[in-house]
Amino acid sequence: MALLTHFLRRLAVAVPTLAALIVVSFILMHAAPGGPFTGDRPLPEDVMANIEAKYGLDQPLHRQLLTYFTGIVLEFDFGPSFRYRDRSVNDIIAQGFPVTLTYGMIAFVVAVLVGAALGIAAALSKNTWLDYLAVGVSVGAQVLPNFVMAPILVLVFTLWLGLLPGGGWGGLDWRYVVMPVVALSTSFMASIARLSRSSMLEVMSSDFIRTARAKGLSRRRIVLGHALKPAMLPVVSYLGPVFVYMVTGSVVIDLYFSTGGIGQFYVNSALNRDYAVMMGITILIGALTIAFNLIVDMIYAWIDPQIRFRGRQQ
Amino acid sequence: MLHSSIRLCIKGGFATIGGGTERNAIRPANRQIDPGRIRDFRRAVVGVVTFRGRKPDLEECKMNIVKSSLACLALVAAAAVPATAQEIHPLTGEVLADDQSFTYRLLDEHLPVDPQLVQDVSTSAMARDLFEGLFNQDEAGRIVPGVATHHEVNGDNTVYTFHLRNDAQWSDGRPVTAHDFVYAWRRAADPETASPYAWFIESMALENAGEVISGELPPSELGVVAVDDLTLEARLTRSLPYFPAMTVHATTFPVPEWTIEEHGAEWTNPGKMVSNGAYVLTEYTPAVRTVRERNRLYWNDEATIIEKVVALVINDENVALTRYLSGELDMTQVPTGQYRNLKAKYPDQVHSAPRLCTYYYVFNLSESGPVPFRDVRVRRALSLAVDREVITEGILQSGQIPAYTFTPGATAGFEVPDIGAAGLTQAERDAEAVKLMAEAGFGGDSPLEFTLLYNTSESHKKIAIAASQMWKTKLGVEVSLRNMEWKTFLDAFQGQDFELARAGWCGDYNEASTFLDVLTTRSEINVGKYASERVDRLMEAAGLSADPQPIYSEVEMVLSEDSPIIPVYHYTSVFFLNPNLRNWPFGNVEQNWYSRNLYRTAN
Repeated sequence: MALLTHFLRRLAVAVPTLAALIVVSFILMHAAPGGPFTGDRPLPEDVMANIEAKYGLDQPLHRQLLTYFTGIVLEFDFGPSFRYRDRSVNDIIAQGFPVTLTYGMIAFVVAVLVGAALGIAAALSKNTWLDYLAVGVSVGAQVLPNFVMAPILVLVFTLWLGLLPGGGWGGLDWRYVVMPVVALSTSFMASIARLSRSSMLEVMSSDFIRTARAKGLSRRRIVLGHALKPAMLPVVSYLGPVFVYMVTGSVVIDLYFSTGGIGQFYVNSALNRDYAVMMGITILIGALTIAFNLIVDMIYAWIDPQIRFRGRQQ
Repeated sequence: MLHSSIRLCIKGGFATIGGGTERNAIRPANRQIDPGRIRDFRRAVVGVVTFRGRKPDLEECKMNIVKSSLACLALVAAAAVPATAQEIHPLTGEVLADDQSFTYRLLDEHLPVDPQLVQDVSTSAMARDLFEGLFNQDEAGRIVPGVATHHEVNGDNTVYTFHLRNDAQWSDGRPVTAHDFVYAWRRAADPETASPYAWFIESMALENAGEVISGELPPSELGVVAVDDLTLEARLTRSLPYFPAMTVHATTFPVPEWTIEEHGAEWTNPGKMVSNGAYVLTEYTPAVRTVRERNRLYWNDEATIIEKVVALVINDENVALTRYLSGELDMTQVPTGQYRNLKAKYPDQVHSAPRLCTYYYVFNLSESGPVPFRDVRVRRALSLAVDREVITEGILQSGQIPAYTFTPGATAGFEVPDIGAAGLTQAERDAEAVKLMAEAGFGGDSPLEFTLLYNTSESHKKIAIAASQMWKTKLGVEVSLRNMEWKTFLDAFQGQDFELARAGWCGDYNEASTFLDVLTTRSEINVGKYASERVDRLMEAAGLSADPQPIYSEVEMVLSEDSPIIPVYHYTSVFFLNPNLRNWPFGNVEQNWYSRNLYRTAN
């Protein structure tokens, strides 16, 4: 019950946030100099007038915003792309998002599993070779953001070893998935490892663990039954935004590996002033960010009852 | 008929001799073969006859199998697997590779391949493969027959009559007619289509083009008519001797009305698109890859060798290079600034070909421009002081050509006039520049100051820094540099919100007017608002002249005196090309390539 009210209260904030996001981005985008049809060849006035009339760009801005808003609310229609006349924004997202989602999710799972395992293992065997190795690896990985990892991977696996194609996308064909996943997950994996290590160390030295030890519980039961849940708390709060970033915002990966994911469309639509595509992806990322923050809140409340209680007291 | 079965035997080996093929079945019986192709055919026959001449030897070997020699064994072995016999190029005799595919890199996602909407280089290249207009270009950029076999023109170059071949068909089997061209040209001008390239129809000077584009007249009033199914007539408002050359441009390609009516804007997707070129669109994954495959219904399909063309979108030039080196691509651009090193390392794979493009600086001569620029001495001095060699040799290092005229010397028929500055040494130019600047009253205590605007890019920045240093050291000019993101730049540039700005111009067709028209008063592209009655008059005269080339040279002389722009260099395109991929049109300065002219040799 407490969880439900907590959820509803957060949801009541989420919807207006999204609406505000749409309005602000729409205005900002139209305020940027140049338009979708500004090219290095200035168009004759009548040609430009025809184009603007076709796309409703000749209407005053508030009318355009209203049309756009009603289109989304009533028909879930995010409008036509100005650049790709043979497809709508819905088509572009339907094509690009599954790609980004696929390697993003895999990268997320890899980063969390490997990162958390590394961090916990390091914490549990503090000041042993395993700890030094895990810390060494994670510090090393931290300084390898995706834009550094990607070229290194391509150099090694495509050019030198000739094992993997240097880019492209083949559905779930693993050969196209490996490098984007590794490049994307490395630095997050490192952050998660370090975060879970320090958090685990802190929990392991707390009073209730000492009590558990005094009771004579096995090390296994102490770690899995008592320490793991609280130790993961800071990690979970970190994961919400990371997840959204991984499944939507991996622009570098999309551009570098030419996966056809939405990151590529996001950057290009901004540069080309392809308003509808840019808005569509902004809304997608905005909605996902809000949704996953909500989910993280819920998980948080579930893990840490204090949050629920605090909510009730208010 | 005979022609195509002989070709088949060469391409497929002996196994297919005399065999019925589906290709024969779908060919109309009244095929016309042009003289060039008959020549090809003769050579092909000679090739086959010589090859067949070996046959008795083979029989001999078989009969005397007991005393067979090693050579005989080899012959028998070769004859036993005729299906894998290597294909030979019918003209050059080179051994062709089994895999006749061509994979190249696209810098950026291309636009829908809708000929009337095409506005960029990479989509144009696809349009030339998928569709075919009245004329094509050959390897040297000359006009050769496409759907049209020949044309006639009236005395003052205002009425063109094109005769179309009777065997051109769409990929759905319908014949290509003059009506398809009429529909396409009207569609390009129609406000309903809202094509950003509608201006091209206007530049073709078709009757009523302006009125149709502005919606004052219906598209049916455009000056193009189908006299009958195979005769197209274009009526122009002014004389355009180079009109046929303009039909190489995608805007003028025919499109299938019935398909567009049926599918609307989505007609350009694979499975829906019907086209009349040497290839058909078979796969399109936005931002990843586009595949086109051989069109068996193309009228000249026998001459096509490349079976499949794949375009891969790779945004990063260095990734593209890696993928080229790993063998994934047959062609990619040379990353900026690496031409010299890479050329030394891969001399047979790295190429530099001239392009019909000019890099230049534009003076803002409009009301909003700086007053000193209205003094021709200042403009001339600034132009003279730019050491083009330093920029091409020191900075760009990719074989670019220093520019002293707006029109590149590579333009068809264009005679570069004897412009004083080009013949001088840089020291002489500098001395002249100092003199002019002093005459104009600048230098010492009253230096000239202005802002140079360019769009954000490493190479524009380097050139801008070099030029501003040259002006500073030689003429004491204080230049501040300002860079902007592309669209922001365009907004400022086209709104005359600049002092001196960088610009680049590539010809739309291979004729000097595609450059010189830019600097006439009536041109929208004349962003610097240079106004010279003399240039306007000369360009008008050029349109009416049977031999406009001397007039173009004269216009360049005027431009050199007036210096409304500072030409810096003429572009080259620098790229890697797989050495097994042959017949690339290096001599085509517009870099208009057609996949059907390429072929891949075995190693």
